[in-house]
Amino acid sequence: MTRGHLIAAALCLIALIALPMVLEATGNRYLIGTVTRVFFYAIAAMSLNLILGFGGMISFGHAAYFGVGAYVVGILSFHGAEGIPIFGLPGTENALIAWPLAVLISALAAALIGALALRTTGVYFIMTTLAFAQMLFFLFVSLEQYGGDDGLFMSAGRSEVPLIDIEGRTTFYFVSMICCALFFWFTHALIHSPFGRVLKGIKQNEPRMRALGAPTYTYKLVAFAIAGGGAGLAGVLSANHTEFVSPDILHWTKSGELMIMVILGGLGTLLGPILGAAAFLILEEFLPVIFDMLGLDLLQEHWRIVFGPLLIIVVLMTRSGLHGALFRKRGAS
Amino acid sequence: MHLFAEQLLNGIQLGIFLYLVAAGLTLIFGIMGFINLAHGSLFMIGAFLAATLTDVTGSFLGGLVLAVIATGVIGVVAERLILRHLYERDHLDQVLVTFGLILFTNELVVMLAGRAPQFFSTPGWLNGSVEILPGLQYPVYRLAIIAVGAAVALLLYWIIARTRVGMLIRAGSTDRETVEVLGVDIGLIFTALFGVGAMFAGLAGAMAGPLVSVEVGMGEGQLILAFVVVVIGGIGSVHGTLIAALMVGIADTLGRAFVTDVLRLFMAPDTASGMGAGLSSMLIYVLMAIILIARPSGLFPVQTSRH
Repeated sequence: MTRGHLIAAALCLIALIALPMVLEATGNRYLIGTVTRVFFYAIAAMSLNLILGFGGMISFGHAAYFGVGAYVVGILSFHGAEGIPIFGLPGTENALIAWPLAVLISALAAALIGALALRTTGVYFIMTTLAFAQMLFFLFVSLEQYGGDDGLFMSAGRSEVPLIDIEGRTTFYFVSMICCALFFWFTHALIHSPFGRVLKGIKQNEPRMRALGAPTYTYKLVAFAIAGGGAGLAGVLSANHTEFVSPDILHWTKSGELMIMVILGGLGTLLGPILGAAAFLILEEFLPVIFDMLGLDLLQEHWRIVFGPLLIIVVLMTRSGLHGALFRKRGAS
Repeated sequence: MHLFAEQLLNGIQLGIFLYLVAAGLTLIFGIMGFINLAHGSLFMIGAFLAATLTDVTGSFLGGLVLAVIATGVIGVVAERLILRHLYERDHLDQVLVTFGLILFTNELVVMLAGRAPQFFSTPGWLNGSVEILPGLQYPVYRLAIIAVGAAVALLLYWIIARTRVGMLIRAGSTDRETVEVLGVDIGLIFTALFGVGAMFAGLAGAMAGPLVSVEVGMGEGQLILAFVVVVIGGIGSVHGTLIAALMVGIADTLGRAFVTDVLRLFMAPDTASGMGAGLSSMLIYVLMAIILIARPSGLFPVQTSRH
């Protein structure tokens, strides 16, 4: 890391810290929520990038683990608020219990599904991860107690974090930002660890890694579970953000969107998924506005007809994503 | 007993739909190594076209036939214009582009037909029901679907197993390069195959139209179920696909009908109905998991020289 990078990083940090106040002052409070969404979708995209970008595993079911994390928080909060025990234990709104538990259960779900899906390769792997994610989608749809199709409102509000109150939108913005920064640091450390090197080796040439003595199945499975836990953390923040969970967040198109974020930002780069998540969500927010300003009424309503092809063209044309476009000349990683 | 027989027929009928969608998918993948998420959109297009064309022509059969042909044409045009450029790309690019194609198609259908579900009904001569077992009435339309599906399955089997084109398709899925070196235009065969696959998916959608609500996104659930079928049956295998489609169709239908009742035998009714709903919707995925544990490349894997 050069001095230039440090300065750039510091400037970004200052900008992100000042942003809520700027938005508040300019009367754009609702955009604080948009940027908060960028933070937790960035976590989900970073976690997917661990297996997709660094491990070469095309998982098309990542939204499932996002949803599991969100539902664990939602269900625990439901049982806490209603005073009904779950599996003989009381529910809880305490973040110190609910959040780690949600991450753990998401990782566990990913480990179970990964253990089966990783027995296959190539296009089989894509189909199996998608199918198992759909299974979890239908599972939550069938849980009538938790709202089924309609979803579950968290009547008790956001989780209780010791010392701070995260009900305020600016506080929650910073909580999400800190989680995002910590997860970035975590993936950075993981990728540069011996584990990360083996994972990248598997992506390049799995038989070679096996010949070198690495138990590749175990490595891939651990990476898959870690990625599931990361998506679970994103889900935890999502549930707290909207105070609502529904099967929609596990819908298979969400898995596709996460994939597009990763590739839009730059597959197999550390910063890429954050850039991709930001670009995706900002585009989603402003594309209808832009069409409105241009006076294209039909496209304003049906902006997705432009959004889909636009994403695909960007993804196919720019092989290294936004990350490549921004950093290529300076040769940084 | 009657309920069981009825549900079994319903399961076979769901299996027929799944087979029609999955057959195209598995052949396309078998030969070109191409994964097409937008295949489910063809199911939806078939249903919408059938609903519209039945209205326009005033004839159910006429609408059905025209819809199937039109879906085939749309498939061929999409293959020639867009999809063929993806064959040499990796699976990730194929997934992304066809995913984008789904977003585009869905929005286009919303623009043209609106978000409200469309309904169209079967003509009078298909409306009644017949007594297939003493005391068991079964709708004629559903029997007709099973008959059409069986005929198409036989036809496809005959083409693949007995004709020269079928021989080239089989050869192409084992070793494409050698077939090309022998002077066969595999691209042309593939375009034709893609058109046929599109027609099958369109036929399934058109026939499903009167039974379900015709709405945007209706093909996506079928697509994912078709993936389950392909994973169970083995990619590229037509008869594997047929067997797997019937397995999945029957397991899903019987599961939804009877799991709760079975659970009630040894559980409190409340718990049983709660668990039954969850279990029955997960049943086919559990089936897939068991088969993945026992046979990771499906029940009838096709030997291929590349992957």
